Amino acid sequence: MRTLKFLLQKEFKQVFRDKSILRMIFIMPVMQLIILPWAADYEIKNINLVVVDHDQSSYARQLVSKITASGYFRLDKYTTSYKDAMKEIEDDHADIILEIPVSFENNLAKTSSANLFMAANAINGVKAGLGTSYLQSIIRDFNNDIRMQWIQQPRFDEAANIDIRYSNWFNPQMDYKSFMVPGILAILVTMVGSFLAAMNIVREKEIGTIEQINVTPIKKYHFILGKLIPFWILGLVILSIGFLIAFLGYGILPAGSFFAIYVFAATYLLAVLGLGLLISTYSSTQQQAMLVSFFMMMIFVLLSGLYTPIDSMPEWAQWITKFNPVTYFIEVMRMVVLKGSSLSDIRYNLFIILAFAVVLNTWAVFSYRKRS
Amino acid sequence: MNAVVVHNLSKNYGKKNEIKAVKEISFEVSTGELFGVIGPDGAGKSTLFRMLTTLLLPDNGSASVDGSDIVKDFKAIRNKVGYMPGRFSLYQDLSVEENLNFFATIFNTTVKKNYDLIKDIYVQIEPFKKRKAGKLSGGMKQKLALSCALIHRPVVLFLDEPTTGVDAVSRKEFWEMLMKLKSQGITILVSTPYMDEAGLCDRIGLMQNGKLLSVGTPKEITASFSQTLLEVKSENMYALLQQLIAYDSIMEAYSFGEYHHAVMKENFSIEKLQQYLEEKGNKNVVIKNTVPTIEDCFMQLMKK
Repeated sequence: MRTLKFLLQKEFKQVFRDKSILRMIFIMPVMQLIILPWAADYEIKNINLVVVDHDQSSYARQLVSKITASGYFRLDKYTTSYKDAMKEIEDDHADIILEIPVSFENNLAKTSSANLFMAANAINGVKAGLGTSYLQSIIRDFNNDIRMQWIQQPRFDEAANIDIRYSNWFNPQMDYKSFMVPGILAILVTMVGSFLAAMNIVREKEIGTIEQINVTPIKKYHFILGKLIPFWILGLVILSIGFLIAFLGYGILPAGSFFAIYVFAATYLLAVLGLGLLISTYSSTQQQAMLVSFFMMMIFVLLSGLYTPIDSMPEWAQWITKFNPVTYFIEVMRMVVLKGSSLSDIRYNLFIILAFAVVLNTWAVFSYRKRS
Repeated sequence: MNAVVVHNLSKNYGKKNEIKAVKEISFEVSTGELFGVIGPDGAGKSTLFRMLTTLLLPDNGSASVDGSDIVKDFKAIRNKVGYMPGRFSLYQDLSVEENLNFFATIFNTTVKKNYDLIKDIYVQIEPFKKRKAGKLSGGMKQKLALSCALIHRPVVLFLDEPTTGVDAVSRKEFWEMLMKLKSQGITILVSTPYMDEAGLCDRIGLMQNGKLLSVGTPKEITASFSQTLLEVKSENMYALLQQLIAYDSIMEAYSFGEYHHAVMKENFSIEKLQQYLEEKGNKNVVIKNTVPTIEDCFMQLMKK
């Protein structure tokens, strides 16, 4: 115990003396949590729209003003020439063209049907896809309004009319930030837990201090615990700092209990520390560890459901996400923070992470050798 | 009793074990002895030391340190040997004091308990005890590393090239420290590429290409040099060496400080050599008999 105490003391001294690590530990979460949720936002606003109005009727103008009033679209140009509109797209000033044909109003009034043409610049697929669907729903709405105007009486009209009203559960404002912040926090904890720990052990290898340690009678588990405990604590500290920032910056407080989150995070950190230890036993320089970490980080971030929903991934990718510990943590974070899930709701994730922890640590401990 | 017994120890590297770093080495070091392993870079000295300090597993052969087998009783060995690797490998971001305390603690002892052993060395770096180890000068790092290797009062001390890259004055000081440690009864194994340090050891082993060429006291080794050795000097040293190598009754010749050393075959005559060299146009030729040094022995053993 005394040995372990001194190992921990030494480890903390080193961490707090290393200015770059300290900066990474405390400034990184602040920066990421302050900047990323604002930038990594899927809600598309400011879609630039060109309207080609050949009709110039009152209906056409009503439609255009309804579209611009929605807040999602910015009217880039109002023109009567399709060529002009195309040029706007080519110059990257506009994202979507809406063409209103000649006698749009007439057709609508006479034959009760009229056509509209919509063209989207699909270089940015997300913007094009979301933009056209926003536009479609606005037009559908407009359509309904007109029908309501025409069919005034009788009040109980025979044409069935389904009106959809929706409410967003667990995130009523559809606030993207309260969706992203818990996810980013999960990534941060992962980075500290696995990669900082890996780097730290590999550094001892690189400087040669591990050699000096290996000739001492120090026990293998002492050394490993001495390395893991500080980063386990640091991981939980970062999580706490993250929650503080989430509260101060975005007013996000978990709907569920902090207890559930910390129980899960503590277990989760065991798993990622095992991963860090594993990386360190297989790399001999910090550069190697860094590259491996970088590779894994990409997979962790992109195949964890942080940005894109897992359900929309192809099946093989969904399988990969099952082997990604970050997936489970992000899910738990969102469940507890947004939905208010309790410990019993996340028990499935907890067990899986526990299995991760056992497997990764056993593997790492077996492959760590004091002698070669 | 022998502090270190090495029997047919071998270690190979590479995928197919094609690099033979240490080839069937056998030697013994008695308790309280200062034993030097002398050899050029790449001779296998570090590999040998790393096996004896239980950092590497040997491929073949056996060895024991203070009666404990290096494979089976490695835990016991780790408690009683001190190892100072060739590269400075203490925590650079910890201070002198913290490093020393740290190593004392992981050996389950305290600095206070063994202060008498390291006192002579430690007092020299004590004024800088608050300084980070990484900010020390080369010589001071050396002293700190030695203090850390000694802090648990080891029975056997392994020093891997402790004087490489250290200035002449510090080297001298370092050897004086080793003498003092020896007088306290610690067995010391030291490796060095410097032949001039060989004379300071009780016994030495000459190592080359993973093999131990010769083991004995420095005197025994120089005495085993059977041929006559001459030192030769003239104004044009480069041409002189070529001419010496070409000369019939010279086994070999090599430059040695301000002279060239020439190992003579039997039935040679200094007069004839003098005559030969002067005929070749050498001026101010000086030929003297000289006593072989360890380096001469090493040169000879290497050629065999």
